[in-house]
Amino acid sequence: MNLREQPGPYFGEFGGRFVPESLVEALDELSAEYEKAKVDHQFLDELDRLGRSYIGRPSLLTEVPRFARLAGSVRVFLKREDLNHTGSHKINNVIGQALLTKRIGKSRVIAETGAGQHGVATATAAALFGLDCTIYMGEVDTERQALNVARMKLLGAQVVAVKTGSRTLKDAINDAMRDWVTNVSTTNYIFGTVAGPHPFPAMVRDFQKIIGEEARAQMLAVTGSLPDAVAACVGGGSNAIGIFDAFLDDEPVALFGFEAGGEGIDTPRHAATISKGRPGVLHGARSYLLQDEDGQTIESHSISAGLDYPGVGPEHAWLSDIKRVKYSAITDSAAMNAMKALSQTEGIIPAIESAHALAGVLDLGKTLPAGSNILVCLSGRGDKDMETAGNWFNFLEQK
Amino acid sequence: MTPKDKVESVSETLDKLRETGTGALIGYLPIGFPNLSQSIEAAITLAESGISAIEFGIPYSDPVMDGPIIQRAAQASLDAGLKLKQVFEAVSAVKQATEIPVLLMSYWNPILQFGVERFCEQLASVGGSGIITPDLIPDDAAAWIAASNNSGLDRIFLAAPSSTAQRLAMITKQSRGFVYAVSTMGTTGVRSELDQAARELVARLREVGAERICVGLGISTREQVREVLNYADGAIVGSALVAALEADGVSGLRERAMSLVDGIRLG
Repeated sequence: MNLREQPGPYFGEFGGRFVPESLVEALDELSAEYEKAKVDHQFLDELDRLGRSYIGRPSLLTEVPRFARLAGSVRVFLKREDLNHTGSHKINNVIGQALLTKRIGKSRVIAETGAGQHGVATATAAALFGLDCTIYMGEVDTERQALNVARMKLLGAQVVAVKTGSRTLKDAINDAMRDWVTNVSTTNYIFGTVAGPHPFPAMVRDFQKIIGEEARAQMLAVTGSLPDAVAACVGGGSNAIGIFDAFLDDEPVALFGFEAGGEGIDTPRHAATISKGRPGVLHGARSYLLQDEDGQTIESHSISAGLDYPGVGPEHAWLSDIKRVKYSAITDSAAMNAMKALSQTEGIIPAIESAHALAGVLDLGKTLPAGSNILVCLSGRGDKDMETAGNWFNFLEQK
Repeated sequence: MTPKDKVESVSETLDKLRETGTGALIGYLPIGFPNLSQSIEAAITLAESGISAIEFGIPYSDPVMDGPIIQRAAQASLDAGLKLKQVFEAVSAVKQATEIPVLLMSYWNPILQFGVERFCEQLASVGGSGIITPDLIPDDAAAWIAASNNSGLDRIFLAAPSSTAQRLAMITKQSRGFVYAVSTMGTTGVRSELDQAARELVARLREVGAERICVGLGISTREQVREVLNYADGAIVGSALVAALEADGVSGLRERAMSLVDGIRLG
């Protein structure tokens, strides 16, 4: 069975559309337009052109030997999505969905954001294409990512600080969905990850799979073979599915997803959805989620705002169930140590999200045979995290 | 007439009211707001005020179809510690005090986690009439359709102004009791004017064969109730009742409910 190119709405028993009827017409329209666009050469050429001339694709593959020494006797290669315009992989998906918005003929886009990377990417694309833009961001996140709020405003977006529920990413998604239900005739929802109702999980994956397609060719060119292992961090899971997809049917390539273990998965403060959650419905899809016995969503915790989400994309839930990808959790402190390690061995400051994958590799490298090649998705850069890192490592003067 | 020992179904209630030339007024309240016993008392108050059926909402952590008033009440109920098993206690208590139908409104995940079949059996055993499912569409509802058939519960799906004729036909076919027509594109809340879209949606539902249609979202005054009952079988009021309960307790709720019931009587 080919694992690639699963069309949705279901991935095994995960996925679907658990949404108010008011959204079905918009989702159908989006699905139909996307099905046409993905075989339309004009659309694909435009996407490719913007990838090269605006995002900065193909992104580099960088070998990091000094960092690799900390991981045993392996070679480690970083897929440098941190070098993309706006500083993360999020822009790949946003440019695709913004082009679709133009095709459908809508004039306004909305998006949710946690760390602010997807919000910044959406505000950027809205500026580029001349679309009105509103970004929903949990109030807690607007405080811990204040600079990204300023970036979005500078780009012309309206930023709504969401004050309901846990005031983080899940509540930002709730409010974005309420906006969409109300304004669906003029507005397209640019969803940031491979979760949500169909067609988002399959469509966002398709816009992100260029990460793995480029990296697969780059690994073959540099090492002459496929990597032995591929690693990525998993919140909703868009960078992970983006780098995994190209390797799903390469059976010898082992795939590893690293979730946010927060203060430890034996404490209540983590965001390790696959490791500790169970199947349920949230934000339009059936997948693993953190919930109590009554099905109420449990608040997640991670030092990284971009992984601080109690759900995960349905394709990941399926890839875990069929054991194609192995998912495990990385604590806040392991991630912060890995962030520092990469910074000080290679001069590359990763986003705290991506540092979870790096921390995973430090353990993984010691379990693999000497000489194994590990490919890691460096999904974003760490500039946005300087306040968090400064406080964590006591680099900042105490106020 | 309905025998006293038999639970009157929502369809029977709607049909009876239609025969008398009026229509139904369905009142929504969240279970456990402001606490369990007062929410039971509030529902019984609605029945005493002349409301035709109760829509009891199960509070949920991520209510995407709800506006600020109901979100706030649901969160307060959860914060006060409401558990899912208390839902049956609430329905049972209200059914012991009144004969009008009691429906539940629930987002899908709580029912899914409880076990769809088990939930339906327990709801039926305490006299509940059925469930309104705001985030479950017939396309993904196989388990609910089977379980509601087994337990005889009414299955109320939503229809929206944006739904195609094909979907309206499918929703009508899969619904039992009535079809819930959302009056406007948006979430629950109080609106000063009702959308013309509601009237058009009801007409489109009639065209595809819907026998009983109730309109909800944004209805808050007796004038709006009267207007809706000119073309639909029932009007559903939520946020306006919850706001009255929040501001002035059960006595405020009674006053608001009686004022709304005038909308049926003068219809």
